[in-house]
Amino acid sequence: MTNSWFPLWLSLRVAVLATLISVAFGLWMAWVLANREFRGKELVDAMVTLPLVLPPTVLGYYLLVVLGTSSPLGHIYESLFGAPLVFTWQAAVVASTLHAIPLLTKSARAAFESTSRNYEKAARAMGASEWRVFWRVTLPLSRRAVAAASVTAFARALGDFGVTLMIAGNLPGKTQTAAVGIYDAVQRGDTRAARVLVLALSVATLAIVYAANRLGPRPVAE
Amino acid sequence: MIEARITKRIAPSPDVAGFSLDLEFQARPGITALFGTAGAGKTLTFDAIAGFVRPDAGRIMLDDRILFDGASRVHLTPQQRNCGYVLQRDGLFPNMTLRENLVFAADRLPRLERHRRVNETVERFQLTEAAGRRPQEVSKNEKIRCSLARGLMSSPQVLLLDEPSHGLDPPSRTELLRLLRAVRADFPRPILLATCDLEECFQLADEMLVLRHGRIVQRGRPREILEHPASVEVARLLGISNLFQAEITALDPGRNTSRLRFQEHELTGTYFPGHLLGDRVWLCVRAGDLRVTGRNGARAEANQVPAKLLYVSEMPQSVRLEFTGDISVELARNEFERQKDNEDWLVEFPPAALRVL
Repeated sequence: MTNSWFPLWLSLRVAVLATLISVAFGLWMAWVLANREFRGKELVDAMVTLPLVLPPTVLGYYLLVVLGTSSPLGHIYESLFGAPLVFTWQAAVVASTLHAIPLLTKSARAAFESTSRNYEKAARAMGASEWRVFWRVTLPLSRRAVAAASVTAFARALGDFGVTLMIAGNLPGKTQTAAVGIYDAVQRGDTRAARVLVLALSVATLAIVYAANRLGPRPVAE
Repeated sequence: MIEARITKRIAPSPDVAGFSLDLEFQARPGITALFGTAGAGKTLTFDAIAGFVRPDAGRIMLDDRILFDGASRVHLTPQQRNCGYVLQRDGLFPNMTLRENLVFAADRLPRLERHRRVNETVERFQLTEAAGRRPQEVSKNEKIRCSLARGLMSSPQVLLLDEPSHGLDPPSRTELLRLLRAVRADFPRPILLATCDLEECFQLADEMLVLRHGRIVQRGRPREILEHPASVEVARLLGISNLFQAEITALDPGRNTSRLRFQEHELTGTYFPGHLLGDRVWLCVRAGDLRVTGRNGARAEANQVPAKLLYVSEMPQSVRLEFTGDISVELARNEFERQKDNEDWLVEFPPAALRVL
């Protein structure tokens, strides 16, 4: 693989992992927010949404504080994996995941709350466990919304720039994703490399957003 | 047998009007109808029994199991209660075929037994053709049959039917009533039927509870309730249209007679136990119990009231006549044909048809 393709390849890998993690966490979070009543529920919802609206540098700074080599979490990670988390490609996954989670949580919560109350009630009355209700009723009935949200989250993860730059850095061949690579190429005056990456990201993102729209929830005929 | 004593208060909020439910009843095997208009508390009662709403106080017993007890803080989850709950909007899962819907409900049975039960049910509820299709692709009749079948699949200890005929066309409704009679014959446990349809109560219910604003205002056999509504509110709920304010002017237990004055007319009725001379009461007469004749210049006899015909509304089997003084009379069609040329009318109040509330 030539060096100029590495950023794209890394971005793809980071985005896939980030999407998988955020789907798992986002669905769980959405289920909790849609089904459980507890104090401070809307505060939790607001905190989950925060990464969507905070400046990336603020978010990146928080992550550096929480996950940096001198923090307790950073220490635990280092003792488990033998190396610090920050300025590795795994840190880029963390950055992208954080951005993808609110997209999933928001859409999935809305889908869970709007479509399937009556069906869930029927299923519970039949003795189905919460787990079974979720997998057999809630999720299948919200699958379009969840699929669309996952695709959007993937696109978002693919293009993450600010937070990735702050906690994963810009190490060519190591942590340099496509979005960061473009910035780097422009700084170096390497217009050709920048153009290739810009074109590739644009086409990929357009395809993904188009797919998301096709997948989006259709009006359900009663 | 199910015994329930439920108190539940819902505080008013910007989007929900306040409501308070406070009722106590028992239901034996057979159909017990919860009769009431929308907002009377029928669905809330069902939700409390099935475990979706936690009452503030009270106790719900199903056979000898405690489903809810306010004092000892027992509140079983819906999954633990084993209630067959057929929801108002059928609630069949749209992502599964009818057969898969039934299989889902039979999940707790062992594999072989489950197959046998599902096949049996498909046949018994005449779903053989529709079984492979999804709810969106089958007729309303098949949907309602499948919801009922699904509700019975787990051999529940009580069956809750929340307005099953809601939104059905007349043929489908007739079919549903026939099906429910068949279910009642086979299902040896209590069936609670929430309905706002009096005819349904008469055709199906062994016992009827009249609900109003979250309270039971009368209970008994449907026929008894219609014959002897306990209050003017119940009479209105039952659709009795002739309700007049009247005064008791004479009472004679010896000859079993009484006299009533309403709208400057004097009527003779049977003796009304429990009432006193001079009581202001509601006079209640069903439209079908009144008789009419042409006046043709004759004088009004006892219990006849002269009235002017205001308008006539046609009904499938009969004709409804609205007279001055808010009097409604329901007549058989041929009887009306015979009398329709009358100019002045006399409405006759048969003594035995008079009720006071």
